[in-house]
Amino acid sequence: MPEVDKADRRPAIEAKNVSKVFQGAAQDRVTALDAVSVTIRENEFFTLLGPSGCGKTTLLRLIAGFDFPTEGEILLYGEDIAPLPPHKRPVNTVFQSYALFPHMTVGQNIGFGLEMLGKSKAETAARVDQMLKLVQMQELKNRRTSQISGGQQQRVALARALAPHPKVLLLDEPLSALDYKLRKEMQIELKRLQHETGITFIFVTQDQEEALTMSDRIAVMSRGKILQIGSPREIYDRPAERFVANFIGETNFLEGDTVSTQADRAMVRLPGGATVDAGLPQGLKPSGKVTVVVRPEHADIVKAGQPATLAGALSNIVYFGTDTHFHVALDTGGEFIVRHQNSRGNESAFAVGEKVGIAFEPDAAQVLRD
Amino acid sequence: MATAREIAEAAERRDIRQRWLLSAPALVVIFFAGIGPLAIMVVYSFLEKSGYGGVVWKFSTAGWESVFFQRDIFDDTLQFADAHLSIFWRSVKLSVITTFLTLIFGFPTAFFIATRPERTRDLWLFLITIPFWTNLLIRTFAIQEVIRNEGIANTVLIKLGIISQPIQMMFTDFAIMLGMTYVFLPLMVLPLYASLEKLDFRLVEAGYDLYANRFQVLRRIIIPLVKPGIIAGSILVFIPCLGAYVTPRVLGGGKNLMIGNLIELQFGQGRNWPLGAALSITLLIIVVAALLVYVRQASKSGQRHG
Repeated sequence: MPEVDKADRRPAIEAKNVSKVFQGAAQDRVTALDAVSVTIRENEFFTLLGPSGCGKTTLLRLIAGFDFPTEGEILLYGEDIAPLPPHKRPVNTVFQSYALFPHMTVGQNIGFGLEMLGKSKAETAARVDQMLKLVQMQELKNRRTSQISGGQQQRVALARALAPHPKVLLLDEPLSALDYKLRKEMQIELKRLQHETGITFIFVTQDQEEALTMSDRIAVMSRGKILQIGSPREIYDRPAERFVANFIGETNFLEGDTVSTQADRAMVRLPGGATVDAGLPQGLKPSGKVTVVVRPEHADIVKAGQPATLAGALSNIVYFGTDTHFHVALDTGGEFIVRHQNSRGNESAFAVGEKVGIAFEPDAAQVLRD
Repeated sequence: MATAREIAEAAERRDIRQRWLLSAPALVVIFFAGIGPLAIMVVYSFLEKSGYGGVVWKFSTAGWESVFFQRDIFDDTLQFADAHLSIFWRSVKLSVITTFLTLIFGFPTAFFIATRPERTRDLWLFLITIPFWTNLLIRTFAIQEVIRNEGIANTVLIKLGIISQPIQMMFTDFAIMLGMTYVFLPLMVLPLYASLEKLDFRLVEAGYDLYANRFQVLRRIIIPLVKPGIIAGSILVFIPCLGAYVTPRVLGGGKNLMIGNLIELQFGQGRNWPLGAALSITLLIIVVAALLVYVRQASKSGQRHG
């Protein structure tokens, strides 16, 4: 299966210790990227995820060639692309604002890159038609870009960037301007396009859900650094840092004491006395106090008296349609949230104020690096 | 009893009266400053000249005839007025070249200003407008000081040993073009800047991203997008160029007349007001015709591009 293959593929983009400092007066100096290293493999859907200002767009612009790194190097298939201006890099960008040329038609926009590469008229026309078909926009070929909807503009921007067969496609928050439903559609569409074209996608977003659903691998960024790189599952189930755990999904944080450690696991004593077997981030050998995270859906709520890891009183029950959140005030202080998926006939047997226990699923706990 | 319909009609009449009243000041200005003088010109061009300036109130097409023709002094036949036509031609030629020169110099200037940080742009614009603070005549004499035979340019070149004889620049078409380019440059820079400032530079990045080099980005993306500024600037420069009076008078001397000088001559020494009026209207027609052609051409090519 592709998941296995992709790990062996050769690197498409390698960033080695890349830093970017925006010069200015002393107080204006901004370190947008701080010694970032990452390898993005061929044919991978790679996502840079982080809040605004974390440096993800800066990294994208360095790869595109709009900015130049202060330090470090960026390799494209093993070749340093630092000396190349953007128009000589076999890399295309889908801009956040789409940046479609308003004085050209849809077809002219899509053909622009090919025309600049000196392709013949016939070849350009054929490729434009092919791209229009790929994004299902054939009938809008001769429209002005101002005469089509946001979602259609998005498709044109994609087709325009894909038309010249780039080795890597950069996508700078391309879905952020679309409404929820269209965004969902385009997520699937993008995934399909990536699959069909076999082009390496580097996707920048601050939407964790988008990142989880679309990516082969995700790099979570904050303040100019990459905090963790991994598959969506790894990032979600095994966050290595507090920021990652917090930024992606909902999490319960528990303070505990290390009892013993093995290669990649540790026994941690939680407040209240129970001991859990928790996963460790790579290379971490904890001792003493540690923070443990547990996702709300990796724990279950049980009646008092039954075997449980934690104990408390039910303080709130929130119904969400697909699932229900149980807020538990722990006896040792703090709050723990349990998410329970709803199904017909399992209406809650619990009442607010009731004493309850919280049982962890096996392997639910994960130790953080900080 | 007034019916609802009568009341509505009365209200509408009141409304119309009010509208006329409110637009009266503008109409007065348009009439006295625009239509009125123009009408006088048209009327005067069809009157007979009086020997001491002014006109005789008698219908005559002599003024219009002498715009295009001259009566041979020996056999009284009509011939094309080469002098007038060549002056018209020179005026159009110099104006077109000047417009082109201001575009060539104005575009990089406006681009430079538009790409400065927002805080410093106002300063640059302010510097561009400084020449406007000084009287046109004084600025023109300043240019004369630079290019005359004993002027700064020639002196420097001779001192440097590049030339041994001063280059004759005064009283040439070159001097007129230099003067007009200098005087009208801000009129090109400002509308160009207004267009460039609105230009979305992400489109420029998109152009580079799609393998366009600098020149292709300029030609295929920037120029089509700032075309309104180019059109506005060209119009603002071309029209006053065509009617320029001071610059050709001071820098062009007596030989290198432009239409403006020819017209002035008819109302002054020539004492031929009907001819002056006819020449003025001809100038007006040339300007309007040139504008129509230019704007139509420009907007057509704009559409073709996308």
